[in-house]
Amino acid sequence: MHIYADNAATTKMSRTAIEAMLPYMDKIYGNPSSLYTIGQEAKEALESARERIAVCLGCTPREITFTSGGSEADNQALLSAAAIGARKGKKHIISTAFEHHAILHTLKKLEKQGFEVELLDVHKNGLVTPEQVANAIREDTCLVTIMYANNEIGTVQPIAEIGAVCREKGVLFHTDAVQAAGHLPIDVVAQNIDMLSLSAHKFHGPKGCGVLYARRGIALTNVIEGGAQERGKRAGTENVPAIMGMAAALEESCDNMDSDNFRLAALRDRLIEGLDQIPYSELNGDREHRLPTNVNFCFEGIEGESLLLLLDDKGISASSGSACTSGSLDPSHVLLAIGRPHEVAHGSLRLTIGPDCDQEQIDYIIRSVEEVVTYLRNMSPFWRDLVTGKRPHVFAK
Amino acid sequence: MALYSEKVMDHFRNPRNVGVIEDADGVGEVGNPVCGDIMKIYLKIENDIITDVKFETFGCGSAIASSSMATELIKGKPLSEALALTNKAVTEALDGLPAHKLHCSVLAEEAIKSAVKDYYDKNGIEYDHSQFPEGESCPHCGE
Repeated sequence: MHIYADNAATTKMSRTAIEAMLPYMDKIYGNPSSLYTIGQEAKEALESARERIAVCLGCTPREITFTSGGSEADNQALLSAAAIGARKGKKHIISTAFEHHAILHTLKKLEKQGFEVELLDVHKNGLVTPEQVANAIREDTCLVTIMYANNEIGTVQPIAEIGAVCREKGVLFHTDAVQAAGHLPIDVVAQNIDMLSLSAHKFHGPKGCGVLYARRGIALTNVIEGGAQERGKRAGTENVPAIMGMAAALEESCDNMDSDNFRLAALRDRLIEGLDQIPYSELNGDREHRLPTNVNFCFEGIEGESLLLLLDDKGISASSGSACTSGSLDPSHVLLAIGRPHEVAHGSLRLTIGPDCDQEQIDYIIRSVEEVVTYLRNMSPFWRDLVTGKRPHVFAK
Repeated sequence: MALYSEKVMDHFRNPRNVGVIEDADGVGEVGNPVCGDIMKIYLKIENDIITDVKFETFGCGSAIASSSMATELIKGKPLSEALALTNKAVTEALDGLPAHKLHCSVLAEEAIKSAVKDYYDKNGIEYDHSQFPEGESCPHCGE
C-alpha cells in the first residue's frame, strides 16, 4: 500500500490541471508578448486564466500578478508594503512567530534595512486573535502579515476579523494563503485582504507557479526586473502552461471544496482520535480551527526522522518538524512557537491527507504509527527514562 | 539518490545489538533530549575483552545506524581497540553519512569511550585521562 500523506508539502496534479496545460506546450506555445497568432492566442489564454483565478478570489483580474510560486509572492508582497510604508515614514511591521520562512526571512531582511518587526504570540493552540493585532497596531505600522492556515499544524486564523481590524486602522493586510487557497473560502473583499499569496502545487496544480493578489492602488515593488510582463511588475516570459494548470486546479478545488472538506474533516478526526490513543502523545494546534486535511502530533521519547523512515518502509509518506529532517539543529520553529519543548518537538509527525484518502488508509496509518512509535520507544533510552521516572513526562497522558 | 547508503538503511532497519545489559560492567550515555539524540552503550567485559555490547538510541536514522555499526565494530574486541575506534571508522563502515549527520558517528565514538571510562572508574583501574576528553561535541548546545 502506498499512502501519500504529505499534501501540505505538495500535491498530486489533478487530471483536469494536466489536461489544461497540455495544449500550451506543443500547440499554443507562442510567447504571450509576440504579436502573431499563436502568441496572441497564448496571451488570450493567459488573460482568461487571470479572470478565472480572480473569480475564485473575489477580486478583479488586474489585481492578479503571476509569480513563480508562494515564496516569490510573499517576498514581493512584503517588500512592496515596506516600500510604501517607508515612503510615509512608517516602518513597523506586525507578523507572527510561526509564519513560513518566505515571510520570516524577508522580515529579517527588512529588519536589517531599519524596519521594526513585531512577531505576535500564537499561543499554545496556534491561533492569533484580532484583539492582539488591534493592540499591536501603532501610528507607524505599515503592514500586518499573518498566514491564513499554518503549513505545519494547520491552524486557521480569523482572517476576516484581522482584516477588518487592519482596514479600520488603515494598515495594509497581507495573508500567506498558500495552505488555504483551494481548501478554504477566500473572498478578498469580504475578508478585507489587501494582499494575498498562493501557490498552485498546493491545490493539485503544477509546481513553480503562484499568484500575488494586490488590491488596486497598491504599488508593487519588483523582485524580478526585466521585460514589461505583468504590467511591468514581474518580468519574465509567463509560464503559460503552468498558469493554465493553476487556473483549472483552483477552479476545480473551489468547486469541490464543500464536499471534499466535509469528507476529509471526518477522516482527519478519525485519524486524530486514533493517534490520540497512543500514550504520551498530543495533537499540535487547535482541534477546531484547523485545516480539514491536517493532523500533527508530538510523541514523547522518539525522534521524527526515524519515525518517517520506518513509515516510508510501510508505504506512508509523511513529514516531521524534527531537527534531523530540517537539516538544521533546531526543531520546527512552528512547534517551538506553540510552546513545545525541544525534546518533544523532535518527535513530531505531520500527516496531511488528500482527496484520495479513505477510511481504510486512515486505519492503516493509525496501526502503522502505533507500531513504529512503540518499536522506536523500545530502543530509546530517553523513553526508558520517562517510563522509569528519571525524567518528567511533558504530556499528561 | 537516497538520503542514506544501503549500509546505513540496513543497520537502521535491522539494528544489531539493541537492548540493555542489566549487569553491565560499563555504561556510557551521551547526547541529550534537547538536541534530539541520546546514545547509551552497555558493555560486558572479561579480561579486557568486550564479550557483549548492547545499545539504546533515541535519535534519527543515522544515529541508530551509527550505534548499531559501532557495537558491531567493538564486539569481541579488546578495550584498547574499542578506545581506538574513531567516528571516521564508523562512518566508513557505513559507506558514508551525509555531512550534517557526521555528528551521529561522533556520538557513537563518545558513547563507547564513556562506557569504557565508566568501567575503569567502577573498577578503580588507572587510565590516561587525555583519552577521554571532557564534554560532548554537540554543535547545538555545547553540552
